[in-house]
Amino acid sequence: MSHALSRIATPQSTIGKPVVSVRGLVRNFGNGNVLDGLSLDLQPGSFTALLGRSGCGKSTLLRTLAKLDPAPEGTVQLPDERAVVFQEPRLVPWMRVLRNVTLGLRHPDAEERGLAALAEVGLSHRARAWPLTLSGGEAQRAALARALVREPRLLLLDEPFAALDALTRMRMQGLVETLWHAHAPAVLLVTHDVDEALLLADRAVVMANGRIAADIPIPLARPRRHGDPGFIALRSRLLAELGVDEEHLAAREPQRTDARASGAKPGGYGLPAGAAAAPSL
Amino acid sequence: MTAATATQRTGNRSRIWTLPAGLRRCAVPMALLVLWQASVGLGWISTRSIPSPSQILTAFWDLTVSGELAVHLLVSLGRVSAGLAIGVSAGTICALIAGLSRRGEDALDALLQMLRTLPHLALVPLFILWFGIGETPKIALVALGTAFPIYLNLFAGIRTVDAKVVEAVSTLGLTRWEMIAQVILPGALPAFLTGLRYALGVAWLSLVVGEQINASSGIGYLAMTAREFLRTDVIIVALIVYAILGLLADLIVRFIERSALVWRPAFIKE
Repeated sequence: MSHALSRIATPQSTIGKPVVSVRGLVRNFGNGNVLDGLSLDLQPGSFTALLGRSGCGKSTLLRTLAKLDPAPEGTVQLPDERAVVFQEPRLVPWMRVLRNVTLGLRHPDAEERGLAALAEVGLSHRARAWPLTLSGGEAQRAALARALVREPRLLLLDEPFAALDALTRMRMQGLVETLWHAHAPAVLLVTHDVDEALLLADRAVVMANGRIAADIPIPLARPRRHGDPGFIALRSRLLAELGVDEEHLAAREPQRTDARASGAKPGGYGLPAGAAAAPSL
Repeated sequence: MTAATATQRTGNRSRIWTLPAGLRRCAVPMALLVLWQASVGLGWISTRSIPSPSQILTAFWDLTVSGELAVHLLVSLGRVSAGLAIGVSAGTICALIAGLSRRGEDALDALLQMLRTLPHLALVPLFILWFGIGETPKIALVALGTAFPIYLNLFAGIRTVDAKVVEAVSTLGLTRWEMIAQVILPGALPAFLTGLRYALGVAWLSLVVGEQINASSGIGYLAMTAREFLRTDVIIVALIVYAILGLLADLIVRFIERSALVWRPAFIKE
């Protein structure tokens, strides 16, 4: 695995051979196409946020890229080094944290790599712990270490922060950004949190009706802040792409911009509450 | 503070509740024992129906000293072990075949679900015709009875391993065999151990019945011959031995659970 790993010096997306290439992907679940001729390229080392309303097919796309779902129609080119972090940590409860991280790893020095990955996510002291004794944030960091230790060229994040409390979520977002800078995988982050997309990604892809409806670059300097003018402008644009009328929303929910700071759970982020709170497809 | 005032107010009556928990739980059985001993001693109950606790204790002692009890106990233990080994193996193999593949399920599950509705003890006459009156029908009865609880629980356990965890692990590049050995089977272990506890209960039950068909040794034989001599005390000793064996078997499985399922929060002491 290690010899195939090509580290990119800077995480900025460069135009070249894409690490992921999807062409004309169709997925049908019986009543209509969930994915309807979707095409998408991801550049090495790029950070892409995938946004969309519930049921728009964004999770189906991620599962296809994780090879958890088949791609019956269309072509999908993927690197072999992939890793997925789900909304739930999904650790194996009867394996200690370190064993979970090194599971399936075939290096002779798997254990040291696992410990290094745990150190990177700040979990060294929990290496010998049983997963069910971890807090939600710790478990999710272990899941992140499990993905990281595989040195992925493509890191798929399926709403990895959605189940965490607001403070833990902010810390995790910072951690993911740091890890991305350090290892430069191409990241695809499925989220329905517009602010999260703007904080982390350098490209936002909005899905609707099984296709890419909008592809918006996020050329903001890092570290990013919620109140920056560029941030606010892009936020309005993304919300408009998602079909959210901001003024209407502001009239109904005057404290919306403070929701994050006051520790709101997903649901109050500028998307209709029902759409945001429901587990996406 | 409220507890202290309550104690003061209720005075003497509360003193019994301050006894150690173990002693409190023993109080009623002890009282019954005393009552039983007195009833037999005073001739209220005929020793033909039931002997007094002290007579049972004497019989227990005599049988132990003469070595008779040990001989029969070993024979019974041998039968249960052999039957269990066969039954647990068969149940495990069937559950693995049916649980790990759809084709295996199609081939085995319907058949086994049908067979399990049969009360296996009703097969005794057939077993005598097939296997005679030696050791074979006794062991076969135990084996048949124990195979089903193992099969049912392990099959269900394999099928109910957390699908989300399995899915996540499937992205980690494990081979199918590694997935089965490291994720699916450990995940089904709690269900298997539940099945094992059921199986042990069934095993003793099958043994009791099995040892009453033309046995010449074993705890069941001890009880049957005692009946002919109206030795109710020996019958009771046999019953007590069965109870102790069942209890011990349960303790062993609990011990296995404690060491095999250390990852469960209920067992974790940190």
